[in-house]
Amino acid sequence: MSNARERIFRRLQQAETGIQIDYDSTFTTNIEMTKAERIAHFCERMTSVSAEVHVTAKDQWLTKLKGIVKEKQLNNLLYAAEGPLGDALTATWTDEDLPPLISKSADIDEWKDELFFGIDAAITSSRAGIAETGTLVIWPTEQEPRTYSLVPPIHIAVLYSDRLYTSFEETIKKEQWRGGMPSNVLLISGPSKSADIEQTLAYGVHGPTELIVLLISE
Amino acid sequence: MQQTVDFQNRSHNALGDPQIRKNFRSAMDGLIQKRRQAFPEREALEQLRWKGEKIKANALSKLPALLAQLEENCVKNGIQVHWAETVEEANHIVLDIMNRHDAKQLIKGKSMVSEEMDLNHFLEQHGIECLESDLGEFIIQLINEKPSHIIAPAIHMNRLQVAKLFNEKFPEIPYTDDVDTMTRNARDILRRKFYEAPVGLSGVNFAVAETGTLCLVENEGNGRMCATVPQVHIAVTGIEKVVEKLSDIPTLLRLLTRSATGQPITTYFNMINAPRQSGEKDGPKEVHLVLLDNGRSRIFQDAELISTLRCIRCGACMNNCPVYARIGGHAYGTTIPGPIGSILEPQKSGLDELGDLPTASTLCGACAEVCPVRIPIPKLLNRLRFEKNRTDETGSVKGAGSGREWKEATLWKLWQILHATPPLYRIGVKIITRLRGLMPTQLGPWTSVRKAPRIAKKSLHELAQEEGFDHE
Repeated sequence: MSNARERIFRRLQQAETGIQIDYDSTFTTNIEMTKAERIAHFCERMTSVSAEVHVTAKDQWLTKLKGIVKEKQLNNLLYAAEGPLGDALTATWTDEDLPPLISKSADIDEWKDELFFGIDAAITSSRAGIAETGTLVIWPTEQEPRTYSLVPPIHIAVLYSDRLYTSFEETIKKEQWRGGMPSNVLLISGPSKSADIEQTLAYGVHGPTELIVLLISE
Repeated sequence: MQQTVDFQNRSHNALGDPQIRKNFRSAMDGLIQKRRQAFPEREALEQLRWKGEKIKANALSKLPALLAQLEENCVKNGIQVHWAETVEEANHIVLDIMNRHDAKQLIKGKSMVSEEMDLNHFLEQHGIECLESDLGEFIIQLINEKPSHIIAPAIHMNRLQVAKLFNEKFPEIPYTDDVDTMTRNARDILRRKFYEAPVGLSGVNFAVAETGTLCLVENEGNGRMCATVPQVHIAVTGIEKVVEKLSDIPTLLRLLTRSATGQPITTYFNMINAPRQSGEKDGPKEVHLVLLDNGRSRIFQDAELISTLRCIRCGACMNNCPVYARIGGHAYGTTIPGPIGSILEPQKSGLDELGDLPTASTLCGACAEVCPVRIPIPKLLNRLRFEKNRTDETGSVKGAGSGREWKEATLWKLWQILHATPPLYRIGVKIITRLRGLMPTQLGPWTSVRKAPRIAKKSLHELAQEEGFDHE
């Protein structure tokens, strides 16, 4: 339809006024927070949309995770063996009463059935977090595919508090997103929800019904 | 003017339907309240709206260049870009993609542009099943209705109506009117569809020119499903959705979610840069972007009306509109209802077809006050009322002058002559006041709910003269 393209462009170009609009397009907000405030705000926002947040220490998060997995009586936990959390999980997942860790190296298409109907929960890393809105930044990679944070009913995410920024503006700027982003970047703020029936909020629509964040505060 | 009659009939029926009145009233009150709470500081809100306006005005001021840049960057990232001048062209582009993959099923995330295209209807005629996956859209698709609100498509229905509908359509699922359970049931029904569907379709909230990024705002995860799980993802959007920089996005997102539903952010903000790359294990293998004009480039040509294209589709103008809250979205009979629809749709379809919509407003100004990108909606409504009645042919608006009636025009012409000629005015007023007994008591629609005005015995001039005021 290159003709359509030409015609649209011709009409637009004919009407262009050349007026310059002057505005500040830099990444600025008036919001400032200390690290403790960021953590507190993040937890408050996440909890307000029914996500679970566990603030834990660097050497404690695996223990915490195991407790959660047992408490929720999960039958399995999907993880990325080659991903940033892979080694730590593989090495410590030895307790007998833990459900199996599942790791896949094949394309999703080859085990889509299991992904949709057989996996209870998935764990992923987070690239960053946003305190103001209580948001995880998920940066899918070859090792940690995007469906891990979408299809299984429970999504567990690990976030290091030194990657917790104040605002979305600050996150994009400090992480230099303009320099390159993966195929898909996701901001996730809670489990999936809808208020399409009578404006009544219900959690757990098409994405995960539960979101659990392990916030590592150092 | 069939449309005029239809609009008036639909409004009349909606006003007489207590269920519609009640459903909208309570939903709109809730949304107004939530928005207000999301912007606690007046000053900060005004600054943010001002910035939102500038971001979109800037993008429009460089629209052709930004569209070319968006295309270039999308193509570089592996996204295939298609251009459609009309909805027919856009529909055929989607159909061609479907046919190329021999796909008979399309799973859809919420997209108002696909509503504008009437895509479902078109594809179904070609043997392709379209399934809406947004909960609200899913509900209204079951009864073949159109969205009554751009953010909450099934807002005209209450919980019990939805429960009854689910029970009729899915008799195998036990009856429930519990919102959580109904939502869960919809999840179960659609999960298999996401799993099966070969092609997914979504809209686009913002397209970033400098990075070639398509941004999608949603809460349910169905948009992510449609854009992630099927082998092919098609995104359809209007050419006005492009913005220049990535740094424009946080401000617009802030404004959009807070204005729409009062949320600081939605559950998902999905930024799509590319199809599945080599080595990646999921994501669509093909991503298509369909850019639709359908009258937008015509709106673009008018220095004042161009601000219509700043709209980020938050729905705040309808939530806050006293007319929308009473007649609901369906009465408008257009894809986009409410104040923004009343300026946008007549410009697209022509004032000859939808010339009544600009009059569906009290000009109270609530819409302009809440608009996150400061579109002067009342001013544009007035402008379109003028365009509808103008005599010259210079207007760029489709159907300009179509509403002009010779009777009304003659009456105003006489009024003008009378008021510009003092002797004639004096004689005229004398005659009118003396013949006041002949004034009809029935004056069409005006007297259907009012008494006819009565002419005084003497004019103000005469009274003033009797009181001894000097002639100046």
